[in-house]
Amino acid sequence: MNRQIVKLFAFVVVLFAVLIGFTSYWAVFDAEALKEKDANKRPLLEQQQIPRGRILTEDGVVIAKSVAKGKGDSKRYVRRYPEGSLYGHPIGYSFVEEGDTQFEQFHNEELIGDASEFSSIVDELLGHRQEGNDVVTSIDSDAQRTALAALQEVGFGAVVAIEPDTGAVKAMVSNAPYDPNRVPYDLEEWNSDEIETPLLNRATQGLYPPGSTFKVVTAAAGLDSGAITPETTIDAPGSLEVEGTPLQNDFNEDFPDTSLDTALTNSVNTWFGQLGQQLGNDVLFEYMERFGFNAKPAIDLPEDQVEASGVYEERQLLRASDPVDLARLAIGQERLLTTPLQMALVAAAVANEGELMKPQIWKRVVDPEGRMVDTMDPSTYSEPISAETAAQLTTAMEGVVREGTGTNAEIPGVAVAGKTGTAETPGNKACGGGIDENQAWFIGFAPADDPQIAIAASVECTEQFGNDVAAPIFREVAESILNGE
Amino acid sequence: MAARNRELLALVPVAVLLTAGFAAVFSQENEQLGDLSLIYGGYFLAICLATHIYLRIRLPNADPYLFPLVATLTAFGLVMIYRIDETLARDQANWFVLGLVLFALTIHFLRDYEVLERYRYTIAIGGLLLLLAPRVPGIGQQVNGAYLGVKIGPIAFQPAEFTKLAIVVFLASYLREHREVLIVGARRILGVTLPPLKHFGPMLVVWGASMFMLVFIRDLGSSLMFFAAFLALLYVATGRFSFVVIGMGMFLLGAWFFAETVPHVHDRIEIWLHPYNDPQDTGYQILQSIFAQADGGLFGKGFGQALVFVPGSDDPLLPAAHTDAIYSLIVNEAGLFGAVGVVLVYLLIAARGFKIALLAADGFSKLLATGLTAVFAIQAFVIIGGVTRVIPLTGVTLPFISYGGSSILANFVLLALLLLISDRARREAAEPAGHAAALGAPA
Repeated sequence: MNRQIVKLFAFVVVLFAVLIGFTSYWAVFDAEALKEKDANKRPLLEQQQIPRGRILTEDGVVIAKSVAKGKGDSKRYVRRYPEGSLYGHPIGYSFVEEGDTQFEQFHNEELIGDASEFSSIVDELLGHRQEGNDVVTSIDSDAQRTALAALQEVGFGAVVAIEPDTGAVKAMVSNAPYDPNRVPYDLEEWNSDEIETPLLNRATQGLYPPGSTFKVVTAAAGLDSGAITPETTIDAPGSLEVEGTPLQNDFNEDFPDTSLDTALTNSVNTWFGQLGQQLGNDVLFEYMERFGFNAKPAIDLPEDQVEASGVYEERQLLRASDPVDLARLAIGQERLLTTPLQMALVAAAVANEGELMKPQIWKRVVDPEGRMVDTMDPSTYSEPISAETAAQLTTAMEGVVREGTGTNAEIPGVAVAGKTGTAETPGNKACGGGIDENQAWFIGFAPADDPQIAIAASVECTEQFGNDVAAPIFREVAESILNGE
Repeated sequence: MAARNRELLALVPVAVLLTAGFAAVFSQENEQLGDLSLIYGGYFLAICLATHIYLRIRLPNADPYLFPLVATLTAFGLVMIYRIDETLARDQANWFVLGLVLFALTIHFLRDYEVLERYRYTIAIGGLLLLLAPRVPGIGQQVNGAYLGVKIGPIAFQPAEFTKLAIVVFLASYLREHREVLIVGARRILGVTLPPLKHFGPMLVVWGASMFMLVFIRDLGSSLMFFAAFLALLYVATGRFSFVVIGMGMFLLGAWFFAETVPHVHDRIEIWLHPYNDPQDTGYQILQSIFAQADGGLFGKGFGQALVFVPGSDDPLLPAAHTDAIYSLIVNEAGLFGAVGVVLVYLLIAARGFKIALLAADGFSKLLATGLTAVFAIQAFVIIGGVTRVIPLTGVTLPFISYGGSSILANFVLLALLLLISDRARREAAEPAGHAAALGAPA
């Protein structure tokens, strides 16, 4: 029987080797993947025992902080948001059960002070407890408050304000807002709210037809590619037959032999429609992509919580090789959908002499002792147009505000460059399905000769026009930023 | 060095391990190191020394490594349980002492363990009846859909732990008597070697009854254990690998049948294959068990550092941390290295157990030692394999580490039997032939 006993032992050795193999797999080889699983709350729970760093506005207002609960072994830190719903977007939230989102998620490592394995072992031996760093944002608390208040007066929508030469986000609001403090209680209800969708950051995830604000992109492509100059005239009739359907100007007004300034000032559809057809798919898409379309914006928010702007066909982005109605694309119709962030970037690129900076919400990381750990270095995303093109566009956009469709954006004593947009969105479910609903837009920057701020304001479900509801928001937010400096 | 001196020497590091373990847990909980861990370590060493002296007197020739190895596991278990809940650890320490008393009594009364052979049917039937007890109204207890426990007054126990000993004793004894006929009488039918039904029958009946009852009380882990022990013994007794193949075939057929017909079994297999289907409910235990291991990494988080409960509440983050999932907690706190250490201790115990079987002179001793060792090793495999998703998770205890009185008592009886067999085998090996029968002769 001895031979069998030895073989039986060999079999037991094999069985135990399998156990060690599986244990190694879970504990070491697959450990990182397991820590990422949604069902695994351990990483979050452990982070809860670390005082997470604060999030502040540029001017020192505390957006998020951690407060201790319980004592000893059950001591843990819970997130508090003293400003309530004002910074729900884009800061997001961080809770054990509900997880984390947006800025809180993107900057998690800095906020929990995730240092190297080695230094954390040293800290442990020295009895230091891990502590998170503070992250200071570039958000201006006045601008943020002004933007949300102004937006809430007119309806759902979003406002994004960006410093053109750095890409620093000075304000980002989304209406309907939500109070992150209520997340542990109301998350489920909010998730099922398909009308207000308070958890949707409309600034980065809201996809809307941009309407005439997109004419800035078309004009940029036309000028920069050399297809037109500011002096080039196009004969723009009141109505133009495109793809079997008439493309019309407001009140069917004729604009014979018109140049860019007049066309933009009066937002002449048939003028830009013809320019779009003249440019062709390749050129128009090329410039769109230079401005950041067809890609997720390079902002410091989680990639799954920002949307790419572009021409959508059943949730898929179309490329230059796909057939599109160029005339309608050129005036921001077709199946073009953009986020307010993307349109703010268009304005910012024109304001910054044709150089598009990466938009960033964070400004610096400060450790618990107050030492600066890291600062945001402004970096270039692309150079979509030349400085000359940018200057020509600025002139045309100034006309819009001075004497055109965007006069409500005017700020006394400051030159403003901008563009309105009003896209018809009949039957929009979020608006209750009304047939007269519009998406009202204003994008622009100020001062036109020395741009300090570029802003996009977008209002859903309104029966009014861009100049009526969006331009005043632009003015209020721009004033609050310009007056603050 | 004499066997008992080796045992004595091996016990010292065990006591140190326990002291260090308690010290680590204390320092984590109180931020101040008292001398309590030293006191506990002292108690533990004293109890082990008393046992050692008893073994020195009664079983001077027995294997010197088994007791220190078991003490290592117990020390590890005590530290882990203490780290979860102080009161549970105190209970467990009492069970440990009680287990050693039972261990001593077994050695005292079963010196002539052949006596077990005479009562094999009584023992088998007693074991089977014991299994049924959890289903008797009034004393039976249902836990997680399984009827595993019996509670009479203040005493609760899990009969399957004792039945496993009874079944092994029966199988060893029966196979000792019938192994020759089983080998010689085997016939080839359709190219498959089948055992003769006449001699195989009684064993099949006893074994089949135990399997049926385990399904009846829904103790899947024990049924897996019993089945594996049965195959191991059958293989060792007959040397016929084909019997094992047939047995595996029957097992797979049976497993398939039960998976299809018994919802409880079906659920367990579903959870094993697709734990992420319902991570908050049915898949919670196995997923949390694996997440706890992922948290451990190579070196672990250190004793007392892992999360067992959701902070600030009594909700378990690692369910059944002191019983089923204690291995996951070990991986979490002691890392892969600590866990491999634990597995190696089980492997060393198995090695010593099989060594005893190799040394034993008579068939019954050989088969009994093999069966006891096999059932012990397989029990460790079933529960460690369960929490590491090698096999479906079923609730059996991790011998000597998990919290649970029945498990500790039964396994100390198992250890006592192994040492009894070992003592005789090594004495006979050391003495000239012919004097073996002289019981109690000085070594």
